[in-house]
Amino acid sequence: MTPEQAVVAVETVTAIIDGLEVTVPKGTLIIRAAEQLGVEIPRFCDHPLLAPAGACRQCLVDVEINGRAFPKPQASCTMPVENGMVVKTQLTSEVAAKAQAGIMEFLLINHPLDCPVCDKGGECPLQNQAMSAGRTETRFEGEKRTFEKPINISSQVLLDRERCVLCARCTRFSEEIAGDPFITLNERGALQQVGIYEDQPFESYYSGNTVQICPVGALTGASYRFRARPFDLVSINSACEHCASGCDLRTDMRRGKTLRRLAGDDPKVNQEWNCDKGRWAFKYLTSRERVSTPMIRGADGELHEASWPEAISAAAKGLVSKRTAVLVGGRATVEDAYGYSKFARVALGTNDIDFRARAHSEEESEFLAAVAIDLKTTYADIDTADQVVLLSFEPEEESPIVFLRIHRQVRRRGMSVSTDAPLASRGSKKLKAELITSLTQINGLTSNSVILVGERAAETQGALSAALELSESTGAKLAWIPRRAGERGALQAGAIGNLLPGGRPVSDSAARVDIQTAWGISNLPTVDGRSTSEILHGLGDGSLDAVVIGAVDPFDISADALNQLLNTFVVSLEISHSAITAIADVVLPVAAVVEKSGSFLDWQASARAFEKGVEDAQMRSDVRILSMLADELAAPINLPSVAATAREIESLGKWDGAKPTFAKRSASAALQGEMTLVSWRLLLDLGTLQMGEANLAGTAKHARAHISAGRAAQLGVTESDSVRITSELGSIELPVSIYAMADHLIWVPRNSENSQVIPSLGFTSGAVKVAKI
Amino acid sequence: MTKLTPVLSKNWNDADSFTIANYKKHGGYKALPKALSQTPDEVIALIKESGLRGRGGAGFPTGSKWGFIPQGDNKAHYLVVNADESEPGTCKDMPLLLANPHSLVEGIIIGSYAIRANHAFIYIRGEVVHVVRRLQQAIDDAYAAGLLGKNILNSGFDLEVTLHAGAGAYICGEETALLDSLEGFRGQPRLRPPFPAIAGLYAMPTVVNNVESIASVPAIIDNGNEWFQAMGTEKSKGFTLYSLSGHVSNPGQFEAPLGITLREILELSGGMRPGHQLKFWTPGGSSTPIFTAEHLDVPLDYEAVSAAGSMLGTKALQVFDETTCVVRAALRWSEFYKHESCGKCTPCREGTWWLVQMLEDLEAGRGTEADLDKLLDLCDNIAGRSFCALADGAVAPIISTLKYFRSEYILHQTNGGCPFDPIASTLFETAGA
Repeated sequence: MTPEQAVVAVETVTAIIDGLEVTVPKGTLIIRAAEQLGVEIPRFCDHPLLAPAGACRQCLVDVEINGRAFPKPQASCTMPVENGMVVKTQLTSEVAAKAQAGIMEFLLINHPLDCPVCDKGGECPLQNQAMSAGRTETRFEGEKRTFEKPINISSQVLLDRERCVLCARCTRFSEEIAGDPFITLNERGALQQVGIYEDQPFESYYSGNTVQICPVGALTGASYRFRARPFDLVSINSACEHCASGCDLRTDMRRGKTLRRLAGDDPKVNQEWNCDKGRWAFKYLTSRERVSTPMIRGADGELHEASWPEAISAAAKGLVSKRTAVLVGGRATVEDAYGYSKFARVALGTNDIDFRARAHSEEESEFLAAVAIDLKTTYADIDTADQVVLLSFEPEEESPIVFLRIHRQVRRRGMSVSTDAPLASRGSKKLKAELITSLTQINGLTSNSVILVGERAAETQGALSAALELSESTGAKLAWIPRRAGERGALQAGAIGNLLPGGRPVSDSAARVDIQTAWGISNLPTVDGRSTSEILHGLGDGSLDAVVIGAVDPFDISADALNQLLNTFVVSLEISHSAITAIADVVLPVAAVVEKSGSFLDWQASARAFEKGVEDAQMRSDVRILSMLADELAAPINLPSVAATAREIESLGKWDGAKPTFAKRSASAALQGEMTLVSWRLLLDLGTLQMGEANLAGTAKHARAHISAGRAAQLGVTESDSVRITSELGSIELPVSIYAMADHLIWVPRNSENSQVIPSLGFTSGAVKVAKI
Repeated sequence: MTKLTPVLSKNWNDADSFTIANYKKHGGYKALPKALSQTPDEVIALIKESGLRGRGGAGFPTGSKWGFIPQGDNKAHYLVVNADESEPGTCKDMPLLLANPHSLVEGIIIGSYAIRANHAFIYIRGEVVHVVRRLQQAIDDAYAAGLLGKNILNSGFDLEVTLHAGAGAYICGEETALLDSLEGFRGQPRLRPPFPAIAGLYAMPTVVNNVESIASVPAIIDNGNEWFQAMGTEKSKGFTLYSLSGHVSNPGQFEAPLGITLREILELSGGMRPGHQLKFWTPGGSSTPIFTAEHLDVPLDYEAVSAAGSMLGTKALQVFDETTCVVRAALRWSEFYKHESCGKCTPCREGTWWLVQMLEDLEAGRGTEADLDKLLDLCDNIAGRSFCALADGAVAPIISTLKYFRSEYILHQTNGGCPFDPIASTLFETAGA
């Protein structure tokens, strides 16, 4: 049952299936009503989240209504249960059983007997149902249909056409769920096949789901093909570390190595889907760039391997009685973020901690502490919203499951969507989103509407204030959706300068007393800590001496962030070698997701826990290492394990005292200049966690500069030309795409091949000069 | 002895039968003002009462179909004419459109008026380019004459007619596949419900009628129900086109009251080709189970043909004489269905693939009697298990030929191959004649 069905007061119908009475909500299909009785009707094309197709005919059953029998068996996946219906499945009807056996026989005549080499062998619905409903020996003596095999329908999805049973799950998923009808059925009869249009490959962000729902081995992922047999795999429950959507995942490992990840089934969050990044971007786990041992920079300026006691001791020596700050990064688990938060306060005696490794503002700090921490908007609110407003937020790029949920309602009931984006992205087009240039253009917001604000709102002064104002004046539900998986949890854990764990304001003495008592310490620093950029400046100008850095890419923050670290003592807790480890004084390797347990908070602030897959890993979670370091600094934080940390967080609970205030800002004047560059990150780009997965990277959008037709004419460029975009710092060169957008704007992807905006231009948005090359 | 009753075909011998002038000379476009002077509901009631049944094969009452369209729903309604005539043996609509296209145009105007449609579509099979051109000319002429477009005959009724040529798929004669194809998608049957009367073309209430059904409407309006009901049998009223083809002296269209027998049509047309005897025949195209000489006196109306174990279908009388190998005929038909299976559902897609291979073996003498039972079992697993009726049609020739000519199938096995000379069954072969 989908959540939508659950919340509506249900009208029910009662029928008899195989002699047993069943009462189900009106509209329930026979095949699903039978499931409730424990009767499994075999099926291929049926999928509970896709519209009925009735194509494979495997689920035929005998049906009569009020004593009148249908002359022919009916597809139970297309017919809703009605009062007075009597259904006989294969268990009680010989006609149904023969019909099903006949269909199974037909499905197998053209299906190759290659189960021993097929990736699906061992977890194949066709194989399973052929065993339960098929014949032991074939009656087919003819010639099977064959095709050239396999064909690439994208760089990451392969198609073995002869295995396909033409259930159309993949094509229906792509059209109905993802809104990317890049694959379709071609030809006819037994030569019907899944295909792509000429040279337009299957470049959907959700293509991996088709591999997962394929009921045979026709669609396979390039990175897993021929790698393992299902019965060799050990599966663990995971939560996706790539964004704040909060997908439930299953990670399949063999001998400690992650071989594939699948979407888990969580009806409240990702339903049964995930995005391709969540599915395929895991090669970083086994990358050669992984830091495998602690390292200390020697007198020769090089990093040298060290033992854990040596490294912890060196780090402590460097930090002791120094003015030290903490940069957490956006990928920490709740437990690790809590570790950094407590470490900063207890071991370093400072509130100089920030999880925001990206553009941020003081307005945002206040908004997070006063507003975002208490927002209660959920996916279910999107499901029932009368309209959705997207502010500084591209859901398909920045939180793909949020996109799917909005898309589902747009498709089902024409829910209206508006966005303040400067142009209609592919995602916006699929949502039929109305482009707005001012919040005053939004009409009809009600308490049933939802406003989704992305992290990029921090880049425009007044944007968060305006979003809050809009929510307060209309009653519309507000949500803040950061891009990274760890940010919402880090906020909760107090890994920011103005909040202690549980949303307790640093400035509130009662809140500090709460924490002091829980932590068993006599005092806590009382002044709000510095933000990421202030910390970097402090390190640069000498008002800070040292820094402990989690997973941070300095070029996500600013072009000169790395320079400001050069003359300071840097302790880096990292999974892989990076720009930070290259200059760090002590490098401490930490566990990646499959090597530790933990949890993330998704954008709804609901906990997404995951388990450890590798038991014998040398890698420790950040919190454990911080605890060792605190011990060495003689200021223990007493967090010896993730489980102990989770218990401590649980015991602290949430702050129920006075909230800090949020002073709304007015919008800053528009940037002056010939042209203003705007940007956001694409889902598939140069992000650190996507390293080493060429098949996935092959489906990323190519970077292009988007400009208006008017601007293109003025520059004398067409879509076959390129432009050079120049700031005071530097320039980037990109081919041009023409979009309906304001003449003074130019959009480029923020962190894609040939388009790394922050290191190249020095900002995320700002005045640029554009010229034809 | 039943007599022919040329209505739609009465002007076919005129050289200019396809023009408005000729059509009018024979009484054409007289029904239109009569219909427009009545309310749409009166027109629907009249056609309902006439007993006109769909001429495309299923025989569903045309007036009732029109009556299913919800009224006052403030939605666009559409009339779609199914001119995708593609069944082997069926060849009535194309000659009708070639010789007398205005009977369809007039019928479309009346039908659209009745169901409150302001846009009608004709979906015609694309291979018949000469017919497409002829029909397009008739539509253009009707526009020029003020019979289509705005305010037709000052009635205030507007109608646009669009002719759309298909791309050559038998499945697009299935009404929902036709609608998909007309909308620009790949033609595959849609899930029902919703039925086209509720959500058809562009999800709007839509009536899909066969060419001949619509073309019959003007004559009914003009001459009245009494005239129409005087023809035909109790539940199968009126006149219709019988398409005689195959091993006969004089193939062609014979317009006669429903209920005429093949024996009568053969007598009226000049019989079998000289020197040969009837062996088997189809009453309504290849998807209707075959009949043999014992069925010569079955009245060719919906009920009697059905009672005799077949279907009236499209009244395509394909006649085969004793030179024809029945196994070969079944194979040829099966090859057609395999080629035309759209691929959407398993039993049709895979079943026809298998049936053809079995029939190839049986015709070549590679087979056993057990294979005949297997063949029938496969047909049983296909018929009534598929998404649409295409596969039901595909197994009809096999089941019915096995029913009447099982011994001939066995003869292929004992003979080690086909005992017939395929040349002898060709129409150009005169040696055996």
